[in-house]
Amino acid sequence: MQLSTKHLLGIKSLTTSDIQLILDTATQFKEVLQRPIKKVPTLRDVTIVNLFFENSTRTRISFELAEKRLSADTINFTASASSVSKGESLLDTVNNILSMKVDMVVMRHSASGAPHFLAQHIPASIVNAGDGINEHPTQALLDAFSIREKLGSLSGKKVAIIGDIMHSRVALSNIYLLKKMGAEVMVAGPPTLIPVFIKEAFDVQVEYNLKKALEWCDVANVLRIQLERQNQVLFSSLREYSQAYGVNKNLLDSLSKEIVIMHPGPINRGVELSSDAADSKQSIILQQVENGVAVRMAVLYLLAGGKAENN
Amino acid sequence: MKTILNEQQLAITIQRLSNQLFENHLDLKDTVLIGIQPRGIYFSDRIVKELGKQIESKKIHYGKLDITFYRDDVRQGLHTLNQTDIPFSIENKNVVLIDDVLYTGRTIRAALDALLGFGRPAKVELCVLIDRRFSRQLPIQPDYVGKAIDSIISQKVKVFWKEKDGKEEVMLIE
Repeated sequence: MQLSTKHLLGIKSLTTSDIQLILDTATQFKEVLQRPIKKVPTLRDVTIVNLFFENSTRTRISFELAEKRLSADTINFTASASSVSKGESLLDTVNNILSMKVDMVVMRHSASGAPHFLAQHIPASIVNAGDGINEHPTQALLDAFSIREKLGSLSGKKVAIIGDIMHSRVALSNIYLLKKMGAEVMVAGPPTLIPVFIKEAFDVQVEYNLKKALEWCDVANVLRIQLERQNQVLFSSLREYSQAYGVNKNLLDSLSKEIVIMHPGPINRGVELSSDAADSKQSIILQQVENGVAVRMAVLYLLAGGKAENN
Repeated sequence: MKTILNEQQLAITIQRLSNQLFENHLDLKDTVLIGIQPRGIYFSDRIVKELGKQIESKKIHYGKLDITFYRDDVRQGLHTLNQTDIPFSIENKNVVLIDDVLYTGRTIRAALDALLGFGRPAKVELCVLIDRRFSRQLPIQPDYVGKAIDSIISQKVKVFWKEKDGKEEVMLIE
């Protein structure tokens, strides 16, 4: 009853039993979050540092809440307000913190592979909170948990991931996880935002027409259009993007069945998702956020628990 | 291998315990019964079923508690998590913890800690099927006992239930 790995670096290195264990454990933690006192003492002997080299509010708060609910001691590190701005290397930064006897590191970094690099050099357990355009495993896990909660299971379900697939670590982690758990995956969006060989590389369907994608799927996971990319000539304008690929209530009502709407947040209302779609009863966006804390509690609990055997 | 309680004795014991509970609590209005996962649940299900013969089932407040997060040996290994379902408040209520075997008392200590997360009970009592007396590692004693037995560390008490094992029996195993 333990994970096959000492770290959570990505969905790619998880087995299906690992994923099953995390999701089942998260179910129990979700119950804890409904109690009058939402705290369990399990990780009270553990110190966790949240190493965020990239901006994040949602993920960082979610991890911090998860850690505190497990009674762990937490330390927050933001790159801007630290010696990294004085030129300190990643390894030095982390080793300095580790000398203060920190047990686990939750890290978000703009370089893909940064947590993997760290895992080879330090003894602590590492949780990847997003690395470059590689993976965001806890997001995929909470997405899967939310789908399972809403639809009963993942196997055989049709999930369409819509938007900027090319630059999205959320999309990649989701693709890995959904494929491992037996779901059917489609990526949809403008051709400029979908990698050319994605169909062959990951065995996913590719669709450039939004309505066809929504008609096909049971669940639509809508990704944020990164406004920073607007001037990279990947699409003509935000308005044209939302006309062709924005999900709104009229479009949802025109489909032959009611589908589930998801979004990792933050939403650009009116661009990839309209307010009437985001706030509709088909949307499980707020449940995703709630489930995020439970899933992260499960991950931290499973990584910290049991004999700390270092390979 | 020795049989401590056979099928008939087990049924009578459960009857007696539920009568004792009924006697002390009467209408169970302010009482809350909580079975301890995973094995106490089979026993607590039976107690509640037996009580249901005297009191309307819907008036019985019955919940299930998993104490895995409160164990004191949490770093020695991960245990399977079971469901906790306490769909009511325990604030100011008389709680009766129900477990099948009382041995060192550590499970009950964990259960008491877990209860703190749900409110402040007026009183907490303990009902067990088997009390392995003189084996306690903490100062914890039961209020309702099915049968008290003497046992040594190398022995194990195993409770068999029809739903799970196909037979009803309590055995002392070497």
